[in-house]
Amino acid sequence: MSKPETPLLDELEKGRWPSFVKDLKQAAKKNPMARDLIHQLELSYKDRIGHWKHGGIVGVKGYGAGVIGRYSDRPDLFPNVQAFHTLRVNHPTGWFYKTDALRKLCDVWDKHGSGLTNMHGSTGDAILLGTTTDHLQPCFNDLSDAGFDLGGSGSALRTPSACVGPARCEWACIDSLDICYNITMTYQDQIHRPMFPYKFKIKVSACPNDCVASIARSDFSIIGTWKDDIQVDQKEVLAYASSINIQKEVCDLCPTRCMEWNGKELKIYNDDCTRCMHCINLMPKALRPGKEKGASILVGGKAPIVKGALLSWVVVPFIKLEPPYDELKNLIERIQDWWDENGKSRERLGELITRLGMRVFLKAVGLPAVPQMVKAPRTNPYVFFWPEDIQKEVK
Amino acid sequence: MAKTDIGPPDYKTMLPPVIQRNYGKWLYHEILKPGVLMHVSESGEALYSVRAGSPRLVSTDHIREICEIADEHCDGYLRFTSRHNIEFLLDDKNKVDPLIDELKSRGYPVGGTGHAVTNIVHTQGWVHCHTPATDASGPVKALMDEIYDYYTTMKLPNHVRISLACCLNMCGAIHCSDIAILGIHRTVPKTDNSRVPNVCEIPSTVASCPTGAIRGDMKNKTLTVNDEKCMYCGNCYTVCPAMPIADPDNDGISIWVGGKVSNARSAPMFSKLAIPFLPNNPPRWPEVVDAVKNILEVYARHAKKHERVGEWIERVGWERFFSLTGIPFTDQHIDDFDLAVDTFRTSTQFKWR
Repeated sequence: MSKPETPLLDELEKGRWPSFVKDLKQAAKKNPMARDLIHQLELSYKDRIGHWKHGGIVGVKGYGAGVIGRYSDRPDLFPNVQAFHTLRVNHPTGWFYKTDALRKLCDVWDKHGSGLTNMHGSTGDAILLGTTTDHLQPCFNDLSDAGFDLGGSGSALRTPSACVGPARCEWACIDSLDICYNITMTYQDQIHRPMFPYKFKIKVSACPNDCVASIARSDFSIIGTWKDDIQVDQKEVLAYASSINIQKEVCDLCPTRCMEWNGKELKIYNDDCTRCMHCINLMPKALRPGKEKGASILVGGKAPIVKGALLSWVVVPFIKLEPPYDELKNLIERIQDWWDENGKSRERLGELITRLGMRVFLKAVGLPAVPQMVKAPRTNPYVFFWPEDIQKEVK
Repeated sequence: MAKTDIGPPDYKTMLPPVIQRNYGKWLYHEILKPGVLMHVSESGEALYSVRAGSPRLVSTDHIREICEIADEHCDGYLRFTSRHNIEFLLDDKNKVDPLIDELKSRGYPVGGTGHAVTNIVHTQGWVHCHTPATDASGPVKALMDEIYDYYTTMKLPNHVRISLACCLNMCGAIHCSDIAILGIHRTVPKTDNSRVPNVCEIPSTVASCPTGAIRGDMKNKTLTVNDEKCMYCGNCYTVCPAMPIADPDNDGISIWVGGKVSNARSAPMFSKLAIPFLPNNPPRWPEVVDAVKNILEVYARHAKKHERVGEWIERVGWERFFSLTGIPFTDQHIDDFDLAVDTFRTSTQFKWR
């Protein structure tokens, strides 16, 4: 018997969880790029270091985004992955697929690439992993014919994403899918032709459970919420009492302690409710978000690079969101214009707001300061005043 | 010439008829068993979603297999979740068990719902990235093999979101995970000043450094790194290819805990450092797998029902977290970046263990 060629990776074919090595080998049976990829990866496992060179500018005609250049640093050993570029394909909103669409994607990729994908990448795109420079344009042409388009990369609007929303979830306070699709279609130019200081991410979650991590991961976070009272079906509350301990699991864990349970009826002091979703999550049959629905807008969220990770900050406590979403899009554009004008290269929106001050940001984009924006007012006395306000007072 | 700017296919064309009929009309849902959700509409109709695990890095053959299963069991309608699970969308309860049988016979784990570990969000690693400090798919596979039963059952205090990023760029934005696995470098970049003038822009390289460790010499078109200020983030390498930072003997993995993204009960939180460094030990990263499993199981034993990892730690205190898990506390755990002092204790109220 011959010696195994990839003993380290072979080890990861074992075990109960689905193995990516099995998928690599499946692709390698048909494709020389995938074959060399396995061998390069085995070398990485042996050397404990990556073997890809720093990017390279490649793309398709008319776009400055959607393709990530990648080259092997050992083309001598692995000539078939000398160039191994990635295409980001904008996923159908909510990651819903009919199998004929998925098969079309596979047909294009079997024809032009390695046969390997990520379903999906972290931002949401379907990732087609590995092709040569001369296949990029033909691959894009075939994708376009099949009804697909590329997503964002570089200093562009990145592919917006949304939670499953009203397609399946009873908690949806906004139509996250329609909003996301509408934004995606409106801003095709910003997605495909990078023109900003750095990346800009928009994520839409239809309720405060935030299933697409909008607050943690996007510059512009849209989170569904409501203004009026939680809808209560007391009969169903009582039915839950047989399966959960309502006092202990619901009332005692409510962050504002805004509910009382007497064994028969649940009383909610809605003025104290901060719409955290805990009680609704636990008793979906009995409790529902209110009827006056809309969204909270938060901005500035990002991962660490460069100046540290940030969570998005509340800038609009409540906004109604109905098609065609003009008010929302107008706000997005005002914010992007200010960022574009003032941001340094590779400075995200949250970092710019930190540098210039929330006060300056709010004034520039025309948003009023309200207490909902802060956990607490400032504790230091280093307070700025606008010159025009001082002159008024002096008179 | 191909059409440009057509955007993604309209999601409405991908929705199964049961969703099209009940869009926005869902009343409530139940988790019937691990991996099976039932959503009931005002109309009385129900949608059954069956969730299965995926390695995320999938071949077209694998996708075609998923399509074959979906065609046979749910008229070809499926979706992927934000954590890379596959969900088959059915309109008939009687179709659920035959689908699960087929998935199991083909080796797909069914679960990831409710109080479980769901699929691990992760990045590319050595498979396709130019700045990784570790692999991504490998450690994820090794870990999921070991904690598989937490995916297929719902016996944890709450759901546990585990994520992995292979460097500080955090493509997976893992900074708000119950347990985050983060690849880190530990040595300064090796600047090749013979290449700098040709491949790097000096001002942008200087500006890329979060701690101001890089100085430019515009006249000679070179760069110097102040080693004492460098915390090895690798951001300079992202903008300047002549500053490679990977180091097989010193790169590895750090573990972070207690983050969350939802607003349920507590506000979204960042993950905090639990273990500053574990070695890269392919193919199965045993030190990393053991460390994560230990944290997960200590949490499972000690947290109250519905407490996320971070909520549990906030209740019992970090002193207690370190004593319960047996993880040594080091000076690396104490912040020294911007706003570090906000994390220092300013009272005499603390626990001894």
